Amino acid sequence: MKRLLTGLIVVFAALAFTSNTAQAQSTLEIVITEGQDSARPLAVVPFQWLGEGEAPYDFAEIIVADLRRSGRFNPISSRDMPSFPGKDTEVADYSVWARLGIEAMLVGEVSPLSGDRYQVTYELIDPLRGQITGGTAQALADGQLVDSNDHVIEGRSSVVNPNQFRQYAHRISDVVYEALTGERGAFLTRIAYIYVDLDLENPYHLMVSDYDGYNERVLLRSPQPLMSPTWSPDGNRVAYVSFENGRPEIFMQDIYTTQREKLTSFPGINGSPAWSPDGERMAMVLSKDGAPNIYIMDIASRRVEQITDHWRIDTEPYWTPDGKSLVFTSERGGRAQTYRVDLDTKRVRRVTFVGEANLGGVVTPDGRGLVVVNRDNGQFHIGRQDYPSGNFQVLTETSLDESPSVAPNGSMIIYSTTYNGKQVLALVSMDGRFRARLPSRDGEVKGPAWSPFL
Amino acid sequence: MQLKTVQLNKLVKALALTVSIATLAACSSSPDSDVDSSTTGTTGDGRTPSGVQTGAADRQLSPEEQRQERYAELRQDQVIYFDFDTSDIRSEFAELLAAHADYLVRNPSVTVVIEGHTDERGTPEYNIALGERRANATAAYMRNLGVLSSQITTVSFGEEKPLARGNNERAWSQNRRAVLVY
Repeated sequence: MKRLLTGLIVVFAALAFTSNTAQAQSTLEIVITEGQDSARPLAVVPFQWLGEGEAPYDFAEIIVADLRRSGRFNPISSRDMPSFPGKDTEVADYSVWARLGIEAMLVGEVSPLSGDRYQVTYELIDPLRGQITGGTAQALADGQLVDSNDHVIEGRSSVVNPNQFRQYAHRISDVVYEALTGERGAFLTRIAYIYVDLDLENPYHLMVSDYDGYNERVLLRSPQPLMSPTWSPDGNRVAYVSFENGRPEIFMQDIYTTQREKLTSFPGINGSPAWSPDGERMAMVLSKDGAPNIYIMDIASRRVEQITDHWRIDTEPYWTPDGKSLVFTSERGGRAQTYRVDLDTKRVRRVTFVGEANLGGVVTPDGRGLVVVNRDNGQFHIGRQDYPSGNFQVLTETSLDESPSVAPNGSMIIYSTTYNGKQVLALVSMDGRFRARLPSRDGEVKGPAWSPFL
Repeated sequence: MQLKTVQLNKLVKALALTVSIATLAACSSSPDSDVDSSTTGTTGDGRTPSGVQTGAADRQLSPEEQRQERYAELRQDQVIYFDFDTSDIRSEFAELLAAHADYLVRNPSVTVVIEGHTDERGTPEYNIALGERRANATAAYMRNLGVLSSQITTVSFGEEKPLARGNNERAWSQNRRAVLVY
């Protein structure tokens, strides 16, 4: 019965789509909360290898994983593909592809060049458009193709070294994503996080990896806790809290040169660093004057300015994209809720009201949303509150969720959660429809921070 | 310091050395080797390096000595626990903290680090603040018992150094704690 009902809603949505596109979007979203898979089908055809022997790399595999992980797309299995064309001119019949219900198909070729370099060429094709204009295109195949090629949405070619294969695959994913959504892709980004394995001599590790967990690098190993990594806006440096001297201190570290610098060592808490959007200031939590309050340090002069002054806990500052205000967590109203302070007037306003508590607020890159750790009935979940409507939605169903960090294009949230008794990282799309767990090794992984665009 | 069980002159020097080591140990590690307690300076079975054995009769302990003995025993325990999301000192830990305060008051040169810890619930940053509140509450309690501010430093580790692993109340209740580290 429920399935039938859902089917009817889909039909209704399809009808609505023909009359009013904007309305159809929201109607479709209602269907999806019923449990439907909304991701748009597309085909990433395995790239043709034009050299001898085995293909040096499976680009399609990375692109498929990227696009699926975005929550927006559902790449079809290669078993369901009628053929494996390497370029648009090899697509014999667009209608066969169009009938698969796919929105687009990506085809590509890899050919060997001298000196361990490879030419990678790819095209993103709209098979429906190809079906319509296909006859024309074929008729003109002997002569002028150029004008009738509008079914090819994107087409690019590059020379790539083997050590750049993975990066280039992410680049292709970015191009496909942007071409089909109009929004910049965030597949060429990184995450910083804390890895903890208490069985090791130095249990606490500060790590950086690609956004998908590959190319992991250790930036720092310590016998004492490491916390709160945060990126500089240029993506070159990470600030974090280290207890290596028996107490919390804030450090900055260049992720390429390993050069590190101690920023603060005040009595009490030195915590929760957050780089300003212009990269010149660092918001932080200090308790040097009593209770934990929000401060901003001018990084060049090391001058510190107190922003909040309350006898209860203030913590977790996060900059709004315009750099003119901070959201932060405060207990001033009783339980922890998210507040916003205007940096000019120092005026503080409460922002969150849903549930028992809302902590760890992160403003989305467009400034139109606030992602928080929402506590309700003792459960901690990631939630999103829209600005200015105030609409609130719980996005996750995992347990003990914390430390949300938003992708620079605002599409996804990475956060820390508990699975099988261990802390692991998880992804959820901004609308909550797509959820995934990031695989972890032996230890525990926490405190993820998504890098800016690199 | 009473060395009443010792008769051999040579041994006085040896024990004086032992005592000073014990004093050092008291400053740096744990309060077990209490220099003012009457228990120090005797060896368990009365055996001496020269092979002779001494014996002693049981002495009646004064109420003060009994208290000291009990405090020394209590001080073996250096951890107090908290309820969820609070920094209130539970009454069951009053005597434990009194025992540590008593020791610190009688040894003003001894310092203690009070670590504040939390369970894993709530955000790590919030828990750093909560851990500090627990450490501060414990420190304030000790100061009210006469311990000097200069003897106490506090540090919060939040949820970063759990004592017990596990995602249940049993583990959480063990992790919501303040630890006195000498």
